[in-house]
Amino acid sequence: MLSKKELLDLQFIDARARLIDLAAFLDRLERHEGGDDARIRYFKEALPILLENRPDRAKAVLEKFSDHTAELSETAPFQGASGAPVS
Amino acid sequence: MSYIEPHAHMVSRTTDDYERLAIAGCEALCEPAFWAGFDRSSADGFYDYFRQLTEYEPKRAARYGIKHFCWLCINPKEADDPGFAREVMALIPEFIGRENVLGIGEIGLNKNTHSELKIFEEHVQIALDYDLPILIHTPHLEDKLKGTKLILDSLASFSKLDRSKVIIDHVEEHTVAHVLDAGYWAGMTLYPESKCTPNRAIDILEVYGSENIWMNSACDWGVSDPMAVPKCALEMKRRKHTPEMIRKVTYDNPAKFLSQSPRFRL
Repeated sequence: MLSKKELLDLQFIDARARLIDLAAFLDRLERHEGGDDARIRYFKEALPILLENRPDRAKAVLEKFSDHTAELSETAPFQGASGAPVS
Repeated sequence: MSYIEPHAHMVSRTTDDYERLAIAGCEALCEPAFWAGFDRSSADGFYDYFRQLTEYEPKRAARYGIKHFCWLCINPKEADDPGFAREVMALIPEFIGRENVLGIGEIGLNKNTHSELKIFEEHVQIALDYDLPILIHTPHLEDKLKGTKLILDSLASFSKLDRSKVIIDHVEEHTVAHVLDAGYWAGMTLYPESKCTPNRAIDILEVYGSENIWMNSACDWGVSDPMAVPKCALEMKRRKHTPEMIRKVTYDNPAKFLSQSPRFRL
């Protein structure tokens, strides 16, 4: 396993770029016209998880974007997925 | 390095991809039956697809020294019409004995519907009847956690099922423990946008261990990378994982699981 410093040396620049990209994505959304969208709400609700002191942030973010109902659907409304339980 | 690509939809890829895989060290690859990106209009479309998987692709792979194996089923995306699905499933006995067929897959759920689950369970019974391994697809994105739980609940009702002969694919951080803790194998799919990135897959190995788990590219007609497994192996090397560890998850583990099919030979 790498040390913390070795991991930072290897991945900090890439992680920094991804974080700036997320910030720019939110800026971009605000510049564009349109109404509320549940995907934006889920996205913003997931962001505070990144600052929580826990070892499983990725799991928690995935759970935030998951359908937590238990019932089977009668039919498939469409074949794909939107990334958040909006339908 | 030598490695096994345990999940690739080569019918959607070019011959150039076979060459790249061979250069990267791919010794064998396995092609589950899946959606073509559009719905087939008749069971005849699947008949031709099964011929492609069992006759044409093995020859195309062999030109580059790669052994080609496949899995048969009607995929969950086209399983919401049970009548149509059963027409396709009726074709399976004609192909199940062919020399590169490993088992039943990739079955599973897509939008977590009643019909999908019914057809999934009928596929599991076919695998049990033929005593063959099972490869299971879990749903995409927001549907994955629910679908994984539904699949695990369903499998638990098959008292004669040997869980070591079942791999549940496309696990991520929120589903991997559910799968491994229940005694099944887990597959991690390396995708640029959805599913796991190489670094996340390596995190999962570091947190959950390297037993009963493999990684694959699941390259198909969508956003995917046939070179994802060797790229992840390189990332493991950069993160100072040992050559033995890299070999275990990219070669030994797939070989161990797949060898449960009598047709898998390296």
